Amino acid sequence: MLRLLSQIWTVIVMNVRSLPQRLWMSLAATFAVTVVVAVLLSFLAMSNGFSKTLSGTGSEDVAIVTRSGSQSELNSVIGRDSVNILSTASGIAKTADGQPFYSAELYVVVDGKKRSSGTEVNIPMRGISSLGFDLRGGIEIVEGRMFADGTNEIIVGRGILDQFSGFELGSEVAFGKTRWTVVGVFSTGGSAFESELWADARMVQDLFNRGNSFQTMRIKLSEAGNIRGLEEMIENDPRLILDVDTEAGYFAAQGEALEGIVWFGWGIGIVMGLGALAGALNTMYTSVASRASEIATLRAIGFSNVSAFFGTLVESVVLSLIGGVIGALVSYIFMDGLTTATIGASFTQVVFTFELSADLLQNGILLALVIGLVGGFFPALKAARLPVIVAFRGSA
Amino acid sequence: MAALFDLKNVAKSFVKGKEKITIFEDLNMEIEEGDFVAIMGPSGSGKTTLLNMLGGVDQPTGGEVWFDGARIDKLSEGQLAKWRANNVGFIFQFYNLMPMLNAARNVELPLLLTRLGSKQRTKNVMTALKLVELEDRAKHMPNEMSGGQQQRVAIARAIVSDPKLLLCDEPTGDLDRATADEILKTLQLLNTEFNKTIVMVTHDPAAAKYAKRTLHLDKGEFVEAEQAA
Repeated sequence: MLRLLSQIWTVIVMNVRSLPQRLWMSLAATFAVTVVVAVLLSFLAMSNGFSKTLSGTGSEDVAIVTRSGSQSELNSVIGRDSVNILSTASGIAKTADGQPFYSAELYVVVDGKKRSSGTEVNIPMRGISSLGFDLRGGIEIVEGRMFADGTNEIIVGRGILDQFSGFELGSEVAFGKTRWTVVGVFSTGGSAFESELWADARMVQDLFNRGNSFQTMRIKLSEAGNIRGLEEMIENDPRLILDVDTEAGYFAAQGEALEGIVWFGWGIGIVMGLGALAGALNTMYTSVASRASEIATLRAIGFSNVSAFFGTLVESVVLSLIGGVIGALVSYIFMDGLTTATIGASFTQVVFTFELSADLLQNGILLALVIGLVGGFFPALKAARLPVIVAFRGSA
Repeated sequence: MAALFDLKNVAKSFVKGKEKITIFEDLNMEIEEGDFVAIMGPSGSGKTTLLNMLGGVDQPTGGEVWFDGARIDKLSEGQLAKWRANNVGFIFQFYNLMPMLNAARNVELPLLLTRLGSKQRTKNVMTALKLVELEDRAKHMPNEMSGGQQQRVAIARAIVSDPKLLLCDEPTGDLDRATADEILKTLQLLNTEFNKTIVMVTHDPAAAKYAKRTLHLDKGEFVEAEQAA
């Protein structure tokens, strides 16, 4: 066994040392794998970042109520009467003064200008009550102050401030029938709420002609995840044509829409991977052809065909892995931590950060490994089956 | 002298397209241990095919090939590789050195198939290089050496594991006369002083003169020198 390993090692060393003779072709194969891995990881990092933003947005101890059948907050409508009825359901936490702990909220779309491209896109503006602020955990005002009730003041999420122009502290923006003053910047630890503008719900109702209707109702649950009391009331009261879910479940479902991006990324990765595979096969077949005399000479000396096989296979894997590592590095350097905004389920912009996890990097390297193994396997088989007589044909 | 090689009724043919091409039909020969045989003949006479069969890199389609009392024509590919490692040293026309290994590493290759440790391998390599008067070139790469020096490295590689048999395929075909004579003298020395059995295929009558005897092949049969084309 040791002798066999020694043979394999010798062949590997010879193959690797002879790489400069096939420099450009080897570099081309490596580059192809680099591009494949970098593109795949970029897609996965985007999807991963978006999913994490949405999944980090929802809480298990908050229920979200929307009109039955509405796909998002934007196309939901809930009247004040429905809000009042549902607020009497069991399972709702109480505030310090014994009132049901909920926030009826509005969700409207306003224009924002992207810093990166200067284009105008939809961004969400949420009308909330002070209870709405309280029932969301992990929120802090990082600059300025909270808006005052009954005024046309807004506070902006940190993601909005980073990605869109015109929302600096103290600036004025025109939405609806009036101008609004930015009085604070809030952070929610990177969740989708950071992509929103918040103002007093009654002001938003008034200035956007919403009468006494809302779009969602957020309810603090007395027991995390337990929405049974709300469901029962909705089922039993024909006036309540509503859907209820935990906030975590709601945003997770929204995030699932991004599954498509993951599959698209893998699809693109696999198609490009096939191209890289063809490159690897070509490179390795050329490598075997150019070393045919050397391989046959070693076989004539007594080296086994197993050593010829593994020597070729390892060369292919090494080239692919180098490409994979460079691709992962490129992706990590240029994509990890990159913050951008894209359209979410409510046709509004969601600010999120590309996130390249260890798992994703591992996937990229794994893909490179597969390309190396498959791309090297058939040429390695050819090397192992090379007739020893080739050594006697020689080359001058 | 005992017969090292014994070829009995050896046949070799292959099919090319729809045509069956016969190289040997009924070839018989014996090579004694310590012999130095030159095999001459025109192109297509079958001399390289014969050398390949003697070296276990090609197998006959009929008959028997015996080496040192054991039949080798029925061995598997893996068994033949081991047999070659233990018994045969090859010397090729174009040297067939590994261009990315220095002289010492090239010579060491057959020893990687043995149980020898690194120190012993280095010692044997230097002994072999000394025998071909190239010990001072151990660290040189093949492209830093002349054709004659490269062929001497190839001879050192062929003898380093002390095989009984050396098979030479036109060993001086790529060399000038003076260098060719040096190489042939080295082969002669290995035969007379170290009792290596040598089979050499050559086109060159001057090279054949260094052998103890010369066999002429024509159309797959041994013929007298005068009959040879």
